[in-house]
Amino acid sequence: MEFVDSESARKEVALRQAAVQSPDRVRKRASLLRYIWFNRYLYIMLIPALVYYLIFHYIPMYGAVVAFKEFSITKGILGSDWAGFEHFRYLFSQDKFWEVFKNTVIISLYRLAFGFPAPIIAALLLNEVRSRLFKQTIQTVIYLPHFISWVILGGILINLLSTDSGVVNNIIKLFGGTPIGFLSNESYFRSTLVLSMIWKEFGWNTIIYIAALAGISPHLYEASVIDGANRFQRLLYLTIPLIRSTIVLILILRLGGIMEAGFEQIFVLYHPGVYRVSDIIDTYVYRIGLTDGKFSLAAAVGLFKSLINFTLLVLANWLSRKMGEHGVY
Amino acid sequence: MHYTSRVGKLFDSFNIGFLAIVAIVTIYPFWDTFVVSIIPLKEYLGSNIHIFPREVTFEAYQYLFSMNELWTSYGVTLFVTVVGTAISMFLTVTAAYALSRPGLKGSRVIMFFFVFTMMFSGGIIPTYLVVKNLGMMNSVWALIFPSALATYNLIIMKNFFAALPDGLVEAARIDGCNDLRILYKIVIPLSLPAISTITLFYAVTRWNEFFNAIFFISDKELWPLQLFLRSMLFENESSYSGGGDSVFLLGPSIKMATVMAASIPVMLLYPFFQKYFTNGVLIGAVKE
Repeated sequence: MEFVDSESARKEVALRQAAVQSPDRVRKRASLLRYIWFNRYLYIMLIPALVYYLIFHYIPMYGAVVAFKEFSITKGILGSDWAGFEHFRYLFSQDKFWEVFKNTVIISLYRLAFGFPAPIIAALLLNEVRSRLFKQTIQTVIYLPHFISWVILGGILINLLSTDSGVVNNIIKLFGGTPIGFLSNESYFRSTLVLSMIWKEFGWNTIIYIAALAGISPHLYEASVIDGANRFQRLLYLTIPLIRSTIVLILILRLGGIMEAGFEQIFVLYHPGVYRVSDIIDTYVYRIGLTDGKFSLAAAVGLFKSLINFTLLVLANWLSRKMGEHGVY
Repeated sequence: MHYTSRVGKLFDSFNIGFLAIVAIVTIYPFWDTFVVSIIPLKEYLGSNIHIFPREVTFEAYQYLFSMNELWTSYGVTLFVTVVGTAISMFLTVTAAYALSRPGLKGSRVIMFFFVFTMMFSGGIIPTYLVVKNLGMMNSVWALIFPSALATYNLIIMKNFFAALPDGLVEAARIDGCNDLRILYKIVIPLSLPAISTITLFYAVTRWNEFFNAIFFISDKELWPLQLFLRSMLFENESSYSGGGDSVFLLGPSIKMATVMAASIPVMLLYPFFQKYFTNGVLIGAVKE
């Protein structure tokens, strides 16, 4: 039992004395109301956020039923006729749908395979640096791109990778190579996406590992030094096992986002010349939904995507618990 | 701790060298962008690699600053950043404080209600329809409300509040302070590192607002900075034919000048906030 303030404590005592004569149910309800009244400011503080989540998250969740309807603007979501699984059936029969699905998975897996280890390695290397000033300077620099939008980075990339005067191709030319169309050539486009994503986010993503590394007690290292462990052994048998749960946690979250292949980045950088390798679910939804106005079809694609993400998150979480780790929830 | 072995020293030198190179590669594109924005076209086309400019001109900036579209979009973005961040912080701090009070009845259910939205979403099309039905299409509010609260920020904030010494709040309560006063007089002043960090996160997101803008804004008068920038970078320059062929001559410089104009405010502000989020404000996020 928690007393909120001295006044409430007194009232609580009074209430209890009064309750001796009153029936159980009445007493319970009265004390609950009293509890809410004592904490009314806390509950009032929750209202704005609750309203926000209701309007912009839960109503859209319900609104996802348009995927099963024949949406017409005049009739609205509720009034539109039911279409059952018609849109899904149509989608699954389209080659274009499977192409964007495949692109999403491939780009996402590349991002996972290269983008996931990069910050771990960077954090471990930073952890070995003894000069505070050097470490902080590096951190300041590598966090920076995270705060810059994809539109800006896209502009920087077209300058950097330009075939006639970009720095990268100038260097290639300097060594006698032929310029590469990193942003125009289908065979390079995905690699450009993944590398530029790593450039933007690897530094920022070290933050959570650096926090985990900072939480390791120095006594453990001292003990291992006394035991004669060298630096590499300490890394392998001490540091990595101690940040393992953080690594697993981030991995689960990343698996729950496997259908996110980076909408803003691709939307800024792609063009019809590279659609075949870079058109992903989100860009497809944007085009069929907003450009073509097929809301129900686009909503069906979006719902399909959300369901896969959700399933993978639950699955990964279950697996990690099974293997003795904590999991996200 | 001292590592005296020769292998250890070799590793240290290699490590420092490697990290320095990584940092230079990370930052160099920004420098190159700056250089291109201030060199004349002939130098851009002529020299191989222009690490330092030989000739400096601010023609690109002069041209850029004479464009009305730049100032309108700056205005929109400034409004969205200031008002949007204020609204976001209000929503985040109030909810985070209430949820951080130990044992508040119903708080676990409400927390789940919030966190579940990180795991499952109805998708962008239903959100689009909600915004449309609220009559927010082509209004700055469409850039503010649909993503007014970031659950991740809420969690960080809640964990930071929960980690404050309990005695302070309890003492204030016994003195008859209500929760609004406690939050305003005690909790917020004690949480400046977390509040600064989250404010920065929201402000940067607002400044970079692009996603909501391409969905909800079609009126050019309401374009935020990022949409203006996109049109400068990726669309035909002829639509901005203010100065005739000078646009063509300044081409790459103007583009990069626009990039600089859009990113400099963030680059200047962020280092001041950085000390807060490196000092462990985000550790709390690991624990949820």
